[in-house]
Amino acid sequence: MRKMRWGAAILAAAVAGAPVQAGAQTLTLAVAAAPTSVDPHYHNLGPNNALSMHIYGALVDTDAAAKPRPGLALSWRAVDDTTWEFKLRPGVTFHDGAAFTAEDVAYTIARVPTVKNSPGSFLLFTRAVTGVQVVDPLTVRMTTRGVTPLLPVDMTQVHILPKGLGAEPATEDFNSLKHAIGAGPFRVTAWRPSDRAELARNDAYWGPKPHWERVVYRMIPNDSARTSALLAGDVDVIEAVPTQDLAKLRTDKRVAMAEAVSLRVAYLMLDLSRKDGQPFVQGPNGEALTTNPFQDVRVRRALSLAINRQLIVDRVMEGAAVPTGQFLAPGSFSYVADLEPPKQDLAEARRLLAEAGYPNGFRMTLHGPNDRYVNDEKIIQAIGQMWSRAGVQTKVEAITWPSFIGRASKQEFSAFFAAWGITSGEASNPLRAMVATFDAQKGMGSANRSRYSNPALDAVIERASAITDDARREQALIDATRQAMADVALITLYQQKNIWGMKPNLRYVARADEATRAADVSVAP
Amino acid sequence: MSATSQEAAPMPPKQETPFRRFISEYSESPVAVVSFIVVVLIVAIALLAPWISPQDPYDLAQLDIMDGRQPPGSRSMETGLFFWLGTDDQGRDMLSGIMYGLRISLGVGVGSAVIACIIGSALGLIAAFAGGKVDTGIMRLVDLQLSFPAILVALMILAFLGKGVMNVMLALVIVEWARFARTARSAALVEARREYMEAAKCLALPQWRLVFRHMLPNCMPPIIVIFTILVARSITLEATLSFLGLGVPITEPSLGLLIANGYQYMLSGKYWISFYPGIALLVTIMAINLVGDQMRDVLNPRLKR
Amino acid sequence: MTTWMLRRLIQAAFVMLVMTVIVFIGVNVIGDPVEILISPEADQAERARAVAALGLDKPLWEQYWRFLSGALQGDLGRSFVFNEPALKLIAQRMPATLELAITAVLLSVIIGIPLGLYAGLKPNSIGGRIIMGGSILGFSLPTFWVGLMLIMVFAVQLGWLPSTGRGPTRELFGVHWSFLTWDGLRHMALPALNLALGNIALVLRLTRAGVRENLPMDYVKFARAKGISPNRVVFVHVLKNILIPIVTVVGLEIGGLIAFAVVTESVFAWPGMGKLIIDSINVLDRPVIVAYLMMIVLLFVVINLIVDLLYTVLDPRVRLETKE
Repeated sequence: MRKMRWGAAILAAAVAGAPVQAGAQTLTLAVAAAPTSVDPHYHNLGPNNALSMHIYGALVDTDAAAKPRPGLALSWRAVDDTTWEFKLRPGVTFHDGAAFTAEDVAYTIARVPTVKNSPGSFLLFTRAVTGVQVVDPLTVRMTTRGVTPLLPVDMTQVHILPKGLGAEPATEDFNSLKHAIGAGPFRVTAWRPSDRAELARNDAYWGPKPHWERVVYRMIPNDSARTSALLAGDVDVIEAVPTQDLAKLRTDKRVAMAEAVSLRVAYLMLDLSRKDGQPFVQGPNGEALTTNPFQDVRVRRALSLAINRQLIVDRVMEGAAVPTGQFLAPGSFSYVADLEPPKQDLAEARRLLAEAGYPNGFRMTLHGPNDRYVNDEKIIQAIGQMWSRAGVQTKVEAITWPSFIGRASKQEFSAFFAAWGITSGEASNPLRAMVATFDAQKGMGSANRSRYSNPALDAVIERASAITDDARREQALIDATRQAMADVALITLYQQKNIWGMKPNLRYVARADEATRAADVSVAP
Repeated sequence: MSATSQEAAPMPPKQETPFRRFISEYSESPVAVVSFIVVVLIVAIALLAPWISPQDPYDLAQLDIMDGRQPPGSRSMETGLFFWLGTDDQGRDMLSGIMYGLRISLGVGVGSAVIACIIGSALGLIAAFAGGKVDTGIMRLVDLQLSFPAILVALMILAFLGKGVMNVMLALVIVEWARFARTARSAALVEARREYMEAAKCLALPQWRLVFRHMLPNCMPPIIVIFTILVARSITLEATLSFLGLGVPITEPSLGLLIANGYQYMLSGKYWISFYPGIALLVTIMAINLVGDQMRDVLNPRLKR
Repeated sequence: MTTWMLRRLIQAAFVMLVMTVIVFIGVNVIGDPVEILISPEADQAERARAVAALGLDKPLWEQYWRFLSGALQGDLGRSFVFNEPALKLIAQRMPATLELAITAVLLSVIIGIPLGLYAGLKPNSIGGRIIMGGSILGFSLPTFWVGLMLIMVFAVQLGWLPSTGRGPTRELFGVHWSFLTWDGLRHMALPALNLALGNIALVLRLTRAGVRENLPMDYVKFARAKGISPNRVVFVHVLKNILIPIVTVVGLEIGGLIAFAVVTESVFAWPGMGKLIIDSINVLDRPVIVAYLMMIVLLFVVINLIVDLLYTVLDPRVRLETKE
């Protein structure tokens, strides 16, 4: 019986190229960024984690707004400052029928550091864990190095594997599907890198039963190709609808849309690593400068005020973003309610520049990538226009991501544009990575490529991120954010929106974290 | 190896007024004459772009994002500038963009062909004149170079060096020099056997004088033909590389980059951002190719009836 | 003969070796793969771990030595991105490129020869002139632009053919092919035509030149005098004579087509080797870049060897010993 259904499904796919017909329970979705492996611990990358969510499942899940909610664990609490206890969900089985217990959690945490050749390890999320104690089959305790209030958030990224896989399962065995066993809503039935993965419903899944018996998970990175595949009916759902097609698709009856403000914030950094002069800043007549104008907070504020964020959102992003003056969007943990996005004020910008000793502005080059973020090279041109109008004659240079990120990390630019995805959904993550002083020992300021350094603020950030009590931590993070923004540690521009397009009879619960989850696609009533 | 007739085209026996004869034979084809005029026009536009274009598309201060994506024949709300061919997403006048784009495309194409021509011809002449080990060495290198497709070689060089006008030109020179070397060498070998060379040798003129004063001028016609064809080829190659995202930077858009930038707007019906630069590129390459074709026919004695 | 072969093989090996050095240094110049691959949240400790895991903490010569000794045993390294052997990845993508290139060759022959015959037989007719004009267009048009136009017209405006991608494939001999399904063929139509364009013009011109050259020859006059029908003269006798050079040139062009597929595959999002190399360059997947280049160099070394051999077989005047 089972075999027959399989045969029929494969045949249907081969004949029709798998478009959805009414009644057929096959969903074809197109993702924009290709996952690189079925191994959930091989590469810590958004697209990989999105695929893993279908197959495996973590102790802690996240809801559409990126807030933690019970996953394979029903509840969790801090026993003391350095111990977390997770109560596991009873009655859960893996795809191979094995029951899920605390042993599997211990096995998974131990497996993470053993993955070979990993270019981006999940150690990031498990490094704080110094020990895992199996209290009983459904209770597990983790002791941590230092106070780690965000451990439950870290656990949202660590997908649980059954201990039956044995010692050090190899990535290849996941890609060949031998080891691709989890407790998620779907099983993988086919894996073709850069092309597609095929999933089949796990009827023993612990959560709500997904509507789709079969899912074809296609990878179409080319923007126009993704849109035309949706319009041609080749796929049912696409993620990351290209902004240039938004206006047209919004009025197209063949397409329904779903959107949510994302956790990705676009920002500018101004180089503060130098005291005397800048490689890409000259005086108004092209003469070399002996000072670094960005060291003056008035100059940083002037450049922020010269930008018309709303115009960028409307004209360049086509409405697929919301202007901002901080890291997170309204509704997030540690959002600063009274911190409005700065309004463009050219007169004030010029006044501040004059006050700082640059009445005639200066010349500068703004760098950015041209193949990484949505509309990246258009954004920097628009900002160049706006800065030029404020008296800072700006040139822009867009380069490919590989050389861009290498040069930005070596402080080779005077100013650059980039974006940051806040996976934790709260402000300690961007504060620690981008605002805190660069310090390899402490693991702080890892993305602080401007080398902004404010010891007082460092102390505030460190204190804030060690508070276990949620309400108190949120208040402390809000204070830290407020200080960072007042000092213009970096210029935040907007939060991107995640936009999905789908056939008009479908609905999707738009997520803040960019993942496209087949289980959350439903048929409209 | 696979030497085609265009490369091994030796000079016809000297005429009394070779230039006049060339002009009259060239003019036999009206298409070729029109093409020549088009080429002259395009070169003039490219040279004069800063003075005749309605806008400086590189100066961000002159652009206004509020004018973005205006269709052809609209007017700027801010400056009143008339956009004959519409604007791109930054409010850049497409007509100006194309004029400046031609400048970059032609500059890169002609520039790289000139450098490749000098290096390649010199090496070709040296190979022909020195003979022996030098000849073998140079020609091995030429064979090796020509056995790899130009697009791949250029792609790799740019992958390593990164974008930039200079890098693109360098890649094109590396791709092209070998053709000049081969052409110059075969032409020189033909010339070397002629009486005037014998005469010059008898006069005991210095070698460099022999090569550069006497041989080179007589080898020029086939080199010129190859030059024309390779200019067209470099322009195409540059456009392709820019389209793949490995060519010139966005701030100095060539025609290829303009096409690539506009393409994403095709689906939403804003055809002009990509279409007109495409037409400009097409006309340029066609015209140069037609001129080259006719020159080859005129200069190649084997095709004469 | 044997010494010549041996010498060529040593030369080829030397070329490959030089290429590995150039490529290895080149790839190191572009940028740091760890910066691209690693999660942006990674802290400095994690960064250092990734650098060590990928073997990038070793000095360049040691990395190169490891690569070289691996390569001699047929192991060209593992992809940083997919954690699979680079050769396996390339082999997985190869059928898609091969079927595209071969279809393009078939198209160029099927379209090019009849048009060339017509243009050769009636050089002064309007049709003949239009064909010849069109062939210049075929040479002049940049491939990528034609690709964009084909998508615009046939996929977006008319909606006849799918715009991009490979569509469903079917397995044969353990490999996925597109040409076995109708929908797969529909997906292949535009990219194959796009890739074939330059070659159609080439075949057309070769055919025309061959016909023009052969028609005044004695054997044609003789055959006509014998009363053989004009059709038979053209399609049997003339065609047989001009086919040999055409087939040779077209065969040689397959290598070029595989190389040029880089452009077509990018335009049509065709998941072949060319797409793989562009993607790999974008993420600095060093082992894949190096392996792809090695494969291409090998391919061309082999093609060149075959060409030289063929020349000797076809033309006894060319002696291998003189081709040093």
